[in-house]
Amino acid sequence: MWKFIVRRTALALVIIFLGAFIIYGVMRCLPTSFVEGLARQRAAASSSTGGKSYQQWLAELNEAYHMNDDVFTGYFNWLGGVLKGDFGESWKYGIPVVEKFNQVIWYSVVLNIITLILEVVICIPLGIQAARHQYSGFDYGITVFAMLCISLPTFFLATVLKYIFAVRLNWFDLYGIVGRYHEQLSASGKIWDMVQHMVLPTLTLTMLNVGGLTRYTRTNMLEVLNADYIRTARAKGLSERVVINRHAFRNTLIPLVSYMSYLVPSLFAGSMITETLYQIPGIGYISYDAMVAGDLPFTMFYSVFLLALTQASLMLADIMYAVVDPRVRVN
Amino acid sequence: MSENRINNNEQLALDDGRRVKVLSPGMMVFKRFIRNKLAIAGIIILTFMFVFSFLGGVISPYRQDQVFYKTDSANKEYASAVVNNEYRFFTPDGAQLSTLVRANFSRVVKDAGEDDVAFEADGASWNVHRLGENFYAIGTAKELGSVTMLGKIVDVKAKPGEEISDAVKDAALKAVQGGSLQFEADGQSYMLTKGKAKSYTLGTMSEAGVASLLNFNAFSGEDDALVSGYGFRRAAELALRSGEQTFEADGEAYRLDSDGDDSAVIYRANSDEAMASVSNVIVSPMTTGATLEMDYKAAVAEAISQKQMAFEYVNAAGETEKHTIRMRGNNYIIYTEQQTYLIDMYAAPSMAHPLGTDDHGMDVLTRLMYGGRISLMVGFGISGYFGGWVDTLLMRFVDLFNSIPYYPMMIIAGAIMDAFEVPPYTRIFLLMAIMGIMGWTGVARVVRGQILSLREQDFMVATEATGVRVSRRIFRHLVPNVMPLLIVQATMGLGSIILTEATLSFLGLGIKYPLASWGSIINAASNIYVMTNFWYIWIPAGVLIVLTVLGFNFVGDGLRDAFDPKMKR
Repeated sequence: MWKFIVRRTALALVIIFLGAFIIYGVMRCLPTSFVEGLARQRAAASSSTGGKSYQQWLAELNEAYHMNDDVFTGYFNWLGGVLKGDFGESWKYGIPVVEKFNQVIWYSVVLNIITLILEVVICIPLGIQAARHQYSGFDYGITVFAMLCISLPTFFLATVLKYIFAVRLNWFDLYGIVGRYHEQLSASGKIWDMVQHMVLPTLTLTMLNVGGLTRYTRTNMLEVLNADYIRTARAKGLSERVVINRHAFRNTLIPLVSYMSYLVPSLFAGSMITETLYQIPGIGYISYDAMVAGDLPFTMFYSVFLLALTQASLMLADIMYAVVDPRVRVN
Repeated sequence: MSENRINNNEQLALDDGRRVKVLSPGMMVFKRFIRNKLAIAGIIILTFMFVFSFLGGVISPYRQDQVFYKTDSANKEYASAVVNNEYRFFTPDGAQLSTLVRANFSRVVKDAGEDDVAFEADGASWNVHRLGENFYAIGTAKELGSVTMLGKIVDVKAKPGEEISDAVKDAALKAVQGGSLQFEADGQSYMLTKGKAKSYTLGTMSEAGVASLLNFNAFSGEDDALVSGYGFRRAAELALRSGEQTFEADGEAYRLDSDGDDSAVIYRANSDEAMASVSNVIVSPMTTGATLEMDYKAAVAEAISQKQMAFEYVNAAGETEKHTIRMRGNNYIIYTEQQTYLIDMYAAPSMAHPLGTDDHGMDVLTRLMYGGRISLMVGFGISGYFGGWVDTLLMRFVDLFNSIPYYPMMIIAGAIMDAFEVPPYTRIFLLMAIMGIMGWTGVARVVRGQILSLREQDFMVATEATGVRVSRRIFRHLVPNVMPLLIVQATMGLGSIILTEATLSFLGLGIKYPLASWGSIINAASNIYVMTNFWYIWIPAGVLIVLTVLGFNFVGDGLRDAFDPKMKR
């Protein structure tokens, strides 16, 4: 087991190293970099006062932002900083990357945790019920509903929800995490304000994810219900409740736990599309902004963070698999 | 029924092949599949989408990038008109009225009423003689004497130093008795100015010009000079004021057609073609540099004099234009419903455009058809990559690709393509390639999971124990077991790829204008104004995406159930 973890970790590090390099290279390929934008801005601002030209600014800023180094030198410089624990300063936000990350990550985490809880509360009972009454009207209803949720494009769902609840019914604001009069509100009012703004994004994310988990639960439950030991349990004359709750449900949990272990790291990944659409300043929205602006340090940090997260989740999934199902040999 | 007879006549053994109809595994799967209602629904949806996208594009009368125009009628300020209350002066050739004289004239004429008045200016005494309503002759006056009426006796006295001939006296007598204040004698024009009681001042007046409020407009440029000439003006207006139908000026005869008001049309005596129009209204175009038709000016003047607030005018092209008149201060502003040629943006659904038009004035339904083509094409283009599934050996690569965040990568790729201005069609293929490279790892992971679990199963242990070659173990035993999963994954994957493509297009990174994809059509809704007001632009595209993906998922799900022998139907 330990051997596996060590080997897997080493592999993960290699993957992170290569992945980060690919992203660094691609970012450097961006034809309109952050520096060019900044140079243009400064040149425009100083043109009236007879300041430096765009070319001068560009050269100066390229020097300042170490954009003159080739990709390899740049990457290893960046990596050197990272190894010393320094991810640099965000170009767009002007504060250390880690600090900005700390500011925004909790919005995403709270959003995702609420979504995850709702998901579990909704999906597992639904999935189990659907499996128990396979091919009944209820089952078909759940199947169609779940499929519909899977088939919904995020942006379309978000737009429709906004159209219905924000535009037509006027219950919520269209955008943002706080309302217009947030600053004037009392402490509890502020929290209530933010809760209100979280409703639509949570609803969106929940609806998008509900389908997958429901289907997954149903499929696994069906598999378990067809197993011999369930027949044995029934043959013993156990009540249906005991059969489902004690025998079937527990065994359904095995794949569910491994499925969830994928989800836990993704709590921190943010949901780029949803956050962007609702302009929730979580990690997804902020990193999208940074990426569009060509903010190299922030994008690199976010990418490496995601890389590490994915590796961690894969590893976790493998380990969890072995934990819940002793038949699986991890190595 | 031969089969029935067989059944009746001979007892079949229990394991007789004829007792059960044996189906091939493929047939079994097919039968199970078509029994699944949802899968059939999925197939129907998908068939509809394909017909809609691939045939619809052919049938649709429009192209996907065809821009529609509309003519919009907007009330525009077209011309302004003012009722002229400033006198215009016309003088014989060579003569001139000084500004002072003009100003004095304007001052005295206000209170003149019907009487002749006089004023002093430029060291001369001027007489203003009323020729008609708002029509005056101005001349320098020379006093000759006075005429006094005592009962029936009229006494004409000459001023000291002046002489009045008998002929003039007689004429003056007649004029006074006839109530006229002007007369001619000896080829000279005399006038009487009312004084105290029943006395008049007799004097000559040499006319220096006429003043009028009327505005003459010649229909052709050649007549401009004639119409604004002193002789013509005087004769014409005199005729107009005295209600005569004809007049003569400069030896030529003219006909006058007046409707009694301040407006009239002048013809040459021998012609039916209007030569000039007369009115007290000055019409000028609203836009500088534009010219107005004479007919139009006449129509405006007519309408204003009739106090109509709207009139119709037949323009040069024979079209009837509607004009409305509104007062602004002392001016009349004439509004016309002008037809402007506009791009037909956000048109509401109609017969011609069942789903209206979008922000570029393109038919939404047609774009949906073409957009479906691209969305489906991208989906199938990428499904080709699923062939690379054997690459489980390259699992490490998979891990690498898998770990690279998907959307960041796509956003960067989109930005790069933007910067290099990749043409729309190339862009689609590049997009498909990138999505394929990024996307096949998901399938690979699922396949890997399946293989991991299969490897532990007894039949694989058996192959290992019997010493089957590794390659044979993989291709003969492992692969067929993974195949159904792969097909299911591919079907489901199609749905998710359509979603991804739509998302990218929605973010503006995918398919670019003027090509359409469903995602890029919904992109219009990121504009709040469009979202709230023009549901028919973005809702149908979203519904189509949902239906298509739903169709793929239904079919995939049905396939999975059909492949799975454990599933009882």
